[in-house]
Amino acid sequence: MKYLGLIWSNLKRHKLRTALTISSIFVAFLLFGFLFAFKEAFNSGVRMADADRLIVRHRVSLIQTLPVSYGPRIISIPGVASVTHMTWFGGIYQDPKNMFASFPVEQGSFFDLYPELTLPAAERAHWSKTRSGAIIGRSLAEKFSWKTGDIIPLTSPIYGEPSNQAAWDLEICGIFDTTKKGGDTSALYFRYDYFDEARPRGKGEVGWFTVRVANASEADAVAAKIDETFANSPYETKAEPEGAFAAGFAQQIGDIGKILIAVLSAVFFTILLVAGNTMNQSVSERTGEIGVLKAMGFTGPLVLVLVLVESCLIALTGGLGGLGSAWGMLTLKNPIASVLPVFYVPESALLLGSVLALALGLISGALPAWHALRIRTADALRRNG
Amino acid sequence: MSTTGPDLVRINHVTKTFHRGAEDIHVLSSLDLTVAKGEFLALMGPSGSGKSTLLNLIGGLDRPTEGSVEIGGERIDRLSERDLAAWRARHIGFVFQFYNLMPVLNAERNVELPLLLTNLSKRQRREHAENALKVVGLSHRLKHYPRTLSGGEQQRVGIARAIATDPTLLLCDEPTGDLDRKSGDEILTLLQTLNREQGKTIIMVTHDPHASARATRTVHLDKGQLAANAPTD
Ligand SMILES: Nc1ncnc2c1ncn2[C@@H]1O[C@H](COP(=O)(O)OP(=O)(O)OP(=O)(O)O)[C@@H](O)[C@H]1O
Ligand SMILES: [Mg+2]
Repeated sequence: MKYLGLIWSNLKRHKLRTALTISSIFVAFLLFGFLFAFKEAFNSGVRMADADRLIVRHRVSLIQTLPVSYGPRIISIPGVASVTHMTWFGGIYQDPKNMFASFPVEQGSFFDLYPELTLPAAERAHWSKTRSGAIIGRSLAEKFSWKTGDIIPLTSPIYGEPSNQAAWDLEICGIFDTTKKGGDTSALYFRYDYFDEARPRGKGEVGWFTVRVANASEADAVAAKIDETFANSPYETKAEPEGAFAAGFAQQIGDIGKILIAVLSAVFFTILLVAGNTMNQSVSERTGEIGVLKAMGFTGPLVLVLVLVESCLIALTGGLGGLGSAWGMLTLKNPIASVLPVFYVPESALLLGSVLALALGLISGALPAWHALRIRTADALRRNG
Repeated sequence: MSTTGPDLVRINHVTKTFHRGAEDIHVLSSLDLTVAKGEFLALMGPSGSGKSTLLNLIGGLDRPTEGSVEIGGERIDRLSERDLAAWRARHIGFVFQFYNLMPVLNAERNVELPLLLTNLSKRQRREHAENALKVVGLSHRLKHYPRTLSGGEQQRVGIARAIATDPTLLLCDEPTGDLDRKSGDEILTLLQTLNREQGKTIIMVTHDPHASARATRTVHLDKGQLAANAPTD
């Protein structure tokens, strides 16, 4: 296109200003990417939740335990299809900063409740034959470069170590993946039977039960039935849909997250307004030049296109650059995997960001250009004089 | 002396009224003017008398409130915006008092601008631009940016830009208004040469009797009307 030279020259008019504008748009959309990664991180637990899964925990708080004997009693309640249990183990590998999600689970029913976790049949069989065996998620395996057959020594500040042993020596029997997009594979699961026998304290106690109801529409009724069953016992329960449970779990970091999101949003829009204003100004300054172009015979639509191509080039260079960088940084390596295992820029945010960048270019270019075009050529020239 | 041909510009009973708020500003009232092909017409008159307004009507930058503007047999007051833009690109070259060059483009690229609207190839455009700059005596300044040129040189680039497309009519609004006497004289000589040797029809607005002396004819605008030989300026 023969007008590219003209557009290019205009971009170079104030090189510093153009560079600063592109940079600030870049930063804005980098923030935008992180913003949506945070939102995704905080919502993922809730979104990953199944409508037909309930979590049954101690009524007072999550860290209080329930007797394992509740399992058979729960399954006998009408409307309950299956049940399993989990316990927060708090396993540490070598150094306290290497704490990761680890749970003793009931091997027999675990995969019934979590069919989204996939493990090769051979590895699953191996696990069932290995008492001190564990399975780990793909991202955890990658983080520590662990592979099947490795023995990893874990310590637990909550339950202590098996007698006569310095650590829980767990043998990795398999590495699981998840069929859910954005699903979490940063956890380790090992066998409850081994755990309960070897732990020095808290025998017979579990963290919570996961229950699948036969009919998702009856979930609330079944939850109420479960709580009723254990009312007035020393261990009263609180049963709730998995989504609510995950939301509560995220609450602790969620409040910090909300502040973070609010600040990022404010910064994003501020930068956008400033950049938009600068672009707007740089076109307004050229009202006289636009008048000259029109006097020469450039039509209004042609001038509009020239201005829009210029402003969209600026906005898209900065915007796509920023989005791409945010995406690349988080895709290559999640810098805070231990805090937020799910931390990536969702595709919907990339799309929304691109649309926003384009809109920024169109609006900040079109408003002043349209204004300049509405001014009669004679008046635009008069202004210039 | 240049030879003049048939009428190129025919302005009949043109009235131009501006509205500013509730106020009507009658600038031109039932004005008639004909300009023959090959003429170099000087348009004089006190400030605010409507010289620029009249020039803009002839150049198709504005439309009359009443009356007709016919150029080369075409009623340009009846053209659509789009056709008018195309018509300007083909027939009109503007020269402004303050040059109005693009600061981001060098001399050659400034002159090339109106050529972008033609079907010429890139090489042809460069040739035309270089030629035009040669005509105005700036072959040695092709790559210079406006800010590195003197006022007189900038106005020469402005003239080169106006003649690059070989327009039918050259419209100059106080082309020497911002120049010292010497540079102004050079510009006037240049316009005169374009008129005499290339047969360009030129209409030039000016305040300066020195400038109008170079024209083949002078008309005076006052109180919305033209007078062929005004008393004193
Ligand atoms: N768009 C407009 N709206 C309102 N009034 C206008 C407009 N354009 C011109 N005028 C008025 O019309 C009158 C003539 O203006 P014009 O610019 O044609 O004068 P001029 O003869 O060129 O003056 P100068 O010698 O100062 O350039 C002035 O009073 C001016 O204020
Ligand atoms: Mg004027």
